[in-house]
Amino acid sequence: MNNQITFTVNGLQHSLDPIPGETLSTLLRERLRLTGTKIGCEEAECGACTVLVDGQPMMSCVYPAERAHGKTIVTIEGLAQRVHEEMKLHPLQEAFVEHGAVQCGFCIPGQIMTAYALLKRNPNPTQEDIRFALKDTLCRCAGYPSIENAILAAAQALRTGEPVQKPTHIPDSIHEHKTVGHSHLRPEAVEKVTGEAIYTDDLKFDGMLYAKAKRAMIPHGFLTRLDISKARELPGVVAVLTADDVPAEKNHGLVIFDWPVMVGIGERVRYVGDALAIVAAETQDIAEQAIALIEAEFDLQPVITNPVQARQEGVPQIHAKGNLLKHIKVRKGDMDAGFAAADVILEHTFHTPTTDHAFMEPECSIGVPLPDGRMEIYVGSQIPSQDRTQVARVMGWPEERVRVVGQLMGGGFGGKEDVMGQIHVAMLANVTQRPVKLLFDRRESLLVHPKRHATQIRVKVGAKQDGRIIAMETELYGDTGAYASLGEKVMTRATTHSAGPYVVPNVKADCYAMYTNHPPSGAFRGFGVLQSAFAVESAMDMLAETLGMDRIELRRMNALHVGSVTNTGQVLRDSVGLTECIDKVEAEMLKLEPHPFAPRVDSANPNLVRAWGFASAYKNTGLGGGAPDISGADVELYADGSFQVRSSAAELGQGLVTVMRLTVAEEMAVAPEKVSVLVMDTDLTPNGGPTTASRQTYVTGNASRYAARTLRDQITATMAEKYDVRPEQIRYENGIVHVNGHSMSYAEIYKEMTALGQQPKVRYEYEAPKTMPLGEGGDMHFAFSFGVQAAEVEVNKLTGEVRVLKVISANDVGMAVNPLGLQGQVEGGVMMGLGNCLTEEFIVENGQVVTDHLARYRVPGIMLTPEITSIIVEHPTAEGPYGAKGVGEISSIPTTPAITNAIYNAVGVRIYKTPVDQEMIARELWEREGK
Amino acid sequence: MNLWQEYKRPVSVTEAVQALASAPGPALPIAGGTDLMLDLRQGNHPPIHTLIDLTFVPEMSALELRGDELYVGAAVSVNRVALDPLAAAHAQALVEACNLIAGPQVRNTATLGGNVAHALPAADGTIALTALDAQAEVAGIAGTRCMPFTSLFLGPGKSAIDKTKEIIVGFYIPIAKTLKVSQTFRVSSCFKRIMRPQGVALPILNCAVWLEREGDLFKDIRIAIGPGGPTPFRATEAEAFLRGQSLSDETFARALDLLLEQAKFRTSARRASADYRRHIVGGLLKDVLDTAWSRAI
Repeated sequence: MNNQITFTVNGLQHSLDPIPGETLSTLLRERLRLTGTKIGCEEAECGACTVLVDGQPMMSCVYPAERAHGKTIVTIEGLAQRVHEEMKLHPLQEAFVEHGAVQCGFCIPGQIMTAYALLKRNPNPTQEDIRFALKDTLCRCAGYPSIENAILAAAQALRTGEPVQKPTHIPDSIHEHKTVGHSHLRPEAVEKVTGEAIYTDDLKFDGMLYAKAKRAMIPHGFLTRLDISKARELPGVVAVLTADDVPAEKNHGLVIFDWPVMVGIGERVRYVGDALAIVAAETQDIAEQAIALIEAEFDLQPVITNPVQARQEGVPQIHAKGNLLKHIKVRKGDMDAGFAAADVILEHTFHTPTTDHAFMEPECSIGVPLPDGRMEIYVGSQIPSQDRTQVARVMGWPEERVRVVGQLMGGGFGGKEDVMGQIHVAMLANVTQRPVKLLFDRRESLLVHPKRHATQIRVKVGAKQDGRIIAMETELYGDTGAYASLGEKVMTRATTHSAGPYVVPNVKADCYAMYTNHPPSGAFRGFGVLQSAFAVESAMDMLAETLGMDRIELRRMNALHVGSVTNTGQVLRDSVGLTECIDKVEAEMLKLEPHPFAPRVDSANPNLVRAWGFASAYKNTGLGGGAPDISGADVELYADGSFQVRSSAAELGQGLVTVMRLTVAEEMAVAPEKVSVLVMDTDLTPNGGPTTASRQTYVTGNASRYAARTLRDQITATMAEKYDVRPEQIRYENGIVHVNGHSMSYAEIYKEMTALGQQPKVRYEYEAPKTMPLGEGGDMHFAFSFGVQAAEVEVNKLTGEVRVLKVISANDVGMAVNPLGLQGQVEGGVMMGLGNCLTEEFIVENGQVVTDHLARYRVPGIMLTPEITSIIVEHPTAEGPYGAKGVGEISSIPTTPAITNAIYNAVGVRIYKTPVDQEMIARELWEREGK
Repeated sequence: MNLWQEYKRPVSVTEAVQALASAPGPALPIAGGTDLMLDLRQGNHPPIHTLIDLTFVPEMSALELRGDELYVGAAVSVNRVALDPLAAAHAQALVEACNLIAGPQVRNTATLGGNVAHALPAADGTIALTALDAQAEVAGIAGTRCMPFTSLFLGPGKSAIDKTKEIIVGFYIPIAKTLKVSQTFRVSSCFKRIMRPQGVALPILNCAVWLEREGDLFKDIRIAIGPGGPTPFRATEAEAFLRGQSLSDETFARALDLLLEQAKFRTSARRASADYRRHIVGGLLKDVLDTAWSRAI
């Protein structure tokens, strides 16, 4: 019955000996090195591993390799054809590129293979067919509408033989420029659709070892005994390290160094994901066996399970300084006077759960020791420069001894800012002097990395009868989990934004960011504002109802505008497009439905009721709060006349590399294809700072722009001198420099400059306008983005089920640098907001994680995708590149309250807690009707 | 850690059963393996030495008419059932259930045998087969036997099949009545379910109805609800009442009352409370019944 596995892969026949326990995905990736097939979950949930087996799409991660015997397999690498040196893309691949369906790219091989199988069977699919086929192929960047459009375009091209149609529905920026403001393709899109794109786990080094960490798996206690002897003796184990082996600093952290690299004997375990020991072995399998042989005993302590409990007296203190990470305060005006003057006062409390980024690519780090004693770390990280700092601190090395070589990232969304395996692989690689890879499986990813803060938010709002808000008091509790991560920053943003994007003369906000025995909470797209927007925007609708006022009018009346003073005392000097966002969303909604907020009963099924909901939000661009916000960029002219722009800023799928490329192309007046981009390598690129707070378009965009301008000025000066003309007479146009009748290519410019001993290369360090710490007034942030969304929902009155049918999203982004990329950010933002509202809840019970795999932690798939209409509003901010500010987060923030307000409008059930519980809706309805 | 040590690809039922019996360590049959692979990987299953792949056994991958019955091999992928014209003609409820199981990639691997072998009282395929009154063929070292479908289930997750010794070979779905009916008799079935978007991919409630209609009367009817008890639930009281009745608000209300009296709805953590299930079951049943009824014209 048993023998070799003989099968065909992409037209080539293979005969391989079976390896016990091997899945098809592992065989393809490890033995055939076809790494285009990705592994996102290893539980048949995400679809990234989809390949075709005898023409049928299958999840190769749960497909025993030995079952492939006699079968014909097609992987992503089998679609494109290499014609001479050129890759001839399959129309599906081409359409995914053209339609901006490729963002982080990690899910794309699975999307394309699933779509390929669909088109083989059904050459003319409807939108419904596509959704049915892609039901379980998850995209966390969530460009589902773009994916649908790409598949439709590819199907048409395949049927007609015509070229793939480009998208036609994405308008250019209203701000006129040559290159920026028009839609452009991502520089790395083609490699992402062919499977050639390399992510960290796709790398293999000679002699590489495989690592695994022993996790505490208890939420709170003291480590009393740790026995690694059996693990050490296991053949194939090369190193087992514990806290005793940490060379220098014992803790890591982004702001506060409170997170132990490993917990030592006698030390406190603060959450289930704490590392106790790390192993490096010849194979992944041996590393896992070794981990199972490590014995640990604990003196268990009572578990702190929520931030309110954490603040009570007499409860165990998780850190030496107590359970309070930070009490954050916002004070403006006089609360007593404000509430005394109010005609109406409302007070309500809202709850939001912990949620997870669930980026498609689990964390992976590889440490590679170099002969000269340096250490390279290959990792997909949002902050390569800080990784370097943190690794060096723990190793006791100067920073220069560490090189972080950032890799393509399969999504981050804030979840790849903290150090995960970087330090562990550095330690193991240093001890073994061999390359060491540490790949998290999905479970470890879910257990260990920081999440979105669960919150309790009380909102008390006072208003005049005419609708003017005169006082807003909020009290927030944030569950920051076991370690600080960016908890203080996140909850500060939640607090300062907790009165909404409104002019409120009297504001008092108090936030308690509390340590608990839960997985840490840190950065996650929306950065605290997502939570407070749900609370305040729900309260706004309740206020409108109490006042008998139109809810849009209430928002418009109180909206921030140029000249307004924010809660923190900042005068907004420019770029406040909130009112235009409100107006445009309202107009678009009214086009579809004249009475959007009135419930409409389905004529065929009286249980189905539809209505719209509305919400506004704002979100800072940049770090703010007094933190220096700096990014560096290099721009270099090469001998062939092309340019390179470099920064250690991170590309996690959001499209920064396109922004950098377009910026330099604009300034140098060349085609974007003439500009290559290098990011995330701490040896080769200047520090771009963290990729967080929607800051990179602004800061690294500016750094790229000014670096390019400086280079252009140098060229101008050199040419002016050489040809004795005034600088104004030198013009840059279509890749040509016109100097007083001469027309020179950049290749010629390069020759001229190098002949004069000049290096055509500029480094520019851009520092954003200074900001002030909270409590000191002045500019806490240098820019804000504004967003308004309306959502149409359908609620089933019997079952409480909620479907989101349509979302209209208007975002004031200052200026749309790349409208195609922006479209993806808006679609993805809405979908992530929808998931936050309806599907996602990271459940921890008594410190133990319940949602420890993707089957339990549901991220929205294509079936839940509403019709999304994106409206771009462009109120430029003076200092931003071409007026641009951030968009990454604002696009996600108003979705939740827009949906929950719509649910209320449809059936009269107010949602105080997310995710929306359909049983709660049904129960409230049946109790109300007394049956 | 290695999920298994040895992997066998038998090509007959006899070979498969023998492989199971003769394995040097703990052995299990694997059909689609979508659940088993996860259980092994997540440590929810004791370590396995030998996996016996059933998908190379032709008998278990057959889907065909056999006399008055539709035979569906236990290793037929649910997607094949979902797309099969014979199944569409004779077992709409099963087709609808199979179409709702996971996504296409999983459906291409997952099998009805696996769906049933887990003995969950609310698996979609299980509820459809319950309403369709299927028989299961089970093979052991002593030979094969046929048993009524519902007798495979002893309790939640507890199967009458000893997976280390026996194999579900396939299912027989009776269609004789469909073929022999006169013009006025019509047979149809339907499956629907209610989900929630969070958490586990198990339905809050699902329902399959098979019925034989004679003019405006129910000649015969079978109603399956999951989870309506520890094993797949048949609303036999409601069925008995409806036989010979027409479908009206009154008869439906009485049937629902009988169903609610008979069913043992329970609260499942993070999925649904018993109250909620009781509240929504009527709407679901009505929907399924109406659809099946209108199909049977």
